[in-house]
Amino acid sequence: MDGNLNALTTVFTEFYYWVTVVFMFLIHVGFCMYEVGASRHRNHMHTLMKNIMIIPLVTVTFFFFGWWIYWSFPNFPFFGGLNHDAGAANLPWSENMGTNLSDRITGVFWAAFLLFSWTAASIVSGAVIERIRSSALWVHAVMIGSVFWIIDAAWGWHAEGWMVKYLGYHDAYASGVIHAIAGGYALGVIMVLGPRLGKFAADGTPRDIPPHNPWMLTIGIFLIYSGFWGFYAACNIPAISPEGIGGLLTGETWTATNIYLAPTSLSAITFNFLMSLSGGLMAAYVVSKGDAFWTFSGGLAGIITASAGNDLYHPIQAMLVGAVGVVIVYKLHYWVERTFKIDDAVGAVAVHGYSGIVGLIIAGFLLWGAPSSPYEGYATVNPVGQTIGAVIMFFVLGFLPAFVISKMQAAAGVLRIPVEVELQGLDYAEHHAYEDAKAEIIAADKAALNGGGVPAE
Amino acid sequence: MSTIGYDSWAVDLAEVGAVYPFQGSEGLMVVLGVAFWIGWHRIQFVREGAHLDKAKEMGDKEKISALLEKY
Repeated sequence: MDGNLNALTTVFTEFYYWVTVVFMFLIHVGFCMYEVGASRHRNHMHTLMKNIMIIPLVTVTFFFFGWWIYWSFPNFPFFGGLNHDAGAANLPWSENMGTNLSDRITGVFWAAFLLFSWTAASIVSGAVIERIRSSALWVHAVMIGSVFWIIDAAWGWHAEGWMVKYLGYHDAYASGVIHAIAGGYALGVIMVLGPRLGKFAADGTPRDIPPHNPWMLTIGIFLIYSGFWGFYAACNIPAISPEGIGGLLTGETWTATNIYLAPTSLSAITFNFLMSLSGGLMAAYVVSKGDAFWTFSGGLAGIITASAGNDLYHPIQAMLVGAVGVVIVYKLHYWVERTFKIDDAVGAVAVHGYSGIVGLIIAGFLLWGAPSSPYEGYATVNPVGQTIGAVIMFFVLGFLPAFVISKMQAAAGVLRIPVEVELQGLDYAEHHAYEDAKAEIIAADKAALNGGGVPAE
Repeated sequence: MSTIGYDSWAVDLAEVGAVYPFQGSEGLMVVLGVAFWIGWHRIQFVREGAHLDKAKEMGDKEKISALLEKY
């Protein structure tokens, strides 16, 4: 850190990403609360444990190979080989991946990306509650969290990614690279997994399975909103000079940038985050006729739909994009549910997947011709590139691998829990010791009560 | 041609102001945004009125009494 300005910028950037990580932890807390609130009493502990264990499993695998993928894969395999130079500094045995006083940024930048990974895995976790085996889900968590999403990030969310260069792909706050892929992945799993018992009547009519605790759902989604602030901030570079970017920018004015190192500001994304949240909430309230579950989720869907272009949109555009997206997503969710008998327990495919696709395509029109990168020779943003990008995110890297892996798990008999266990509840089946202990102590207390209040020996 | 007015970032940021799409259409955007907001209130008033008209006819003394007890 030569010079005071350099030192200040480095320490500020280090602290900036660290704060985003703390904020983003709330996303995971929110997902856990949301899933538990949506599940029934007899599945609580299993549902919670299923999501909690995503944290260590994705963390260690993201350390071992996920982070290396991001730096090595921007042009691999279609437009060049692996970038060994960039990758080497991010291998688990590199000196940069540890306490190193000449590199104060890798740890916090790795962590910011890791929290995106948790989010991707957690989105899938919500869709499959109450009938998937934890062992199956945890393999999916590693695959989406430390392999497939980070491949899409290398391709479409890296300053040198081939999708950015050749398609003009623009996805500033991850409509596609996190949400579309996670939604597509969730769809691939639940198509093989099948619906929960009782979800569809004999004639195929879908039944609502109400959340056991709407308040827990509400707090969960508000924690996700809170964590989303950190998510947005983490997608930016907080302060960098044109010289530091090294692209076409001239002059000496420092700026915040998006993940592609193209200029934006924290103020812009604050405007647009709040306006797209509001557009989503308002539209969802109307289209769902005041349904609490959909109104809250609609706020999230509004942000996700506008996220691809929220570094550049006008706030009113962000609001309207969020609103339009939510209406499309809501209608699409019920059409898919009725037509294909899909049981998406928390609406994850719709809120994340469909919103992501719609958001990418809309950004292609609204930002048509805008530069996708500060570097020379890159395609500009366009609807065709965005649409191809949406297909790559949702289907190629999301749906397809999930479907294939789930088919393999189903063939091996390790995907879905037995019907008997689904009926009696996962908590009793897996936590019978707790249930037995509880029953025993209740019986002992009752005996004491009936015996005149003297505790049994 | 670019909707944001720039098709390249070969610029000096000291000389760049607004970069959102369709600059010059702010008035139209405000009209659309306000229409969305006012329209929302209109829909809400109409729907809530219809809902309450329907709900007031659905009263069953026993059920209401049970609800009152439930607090």
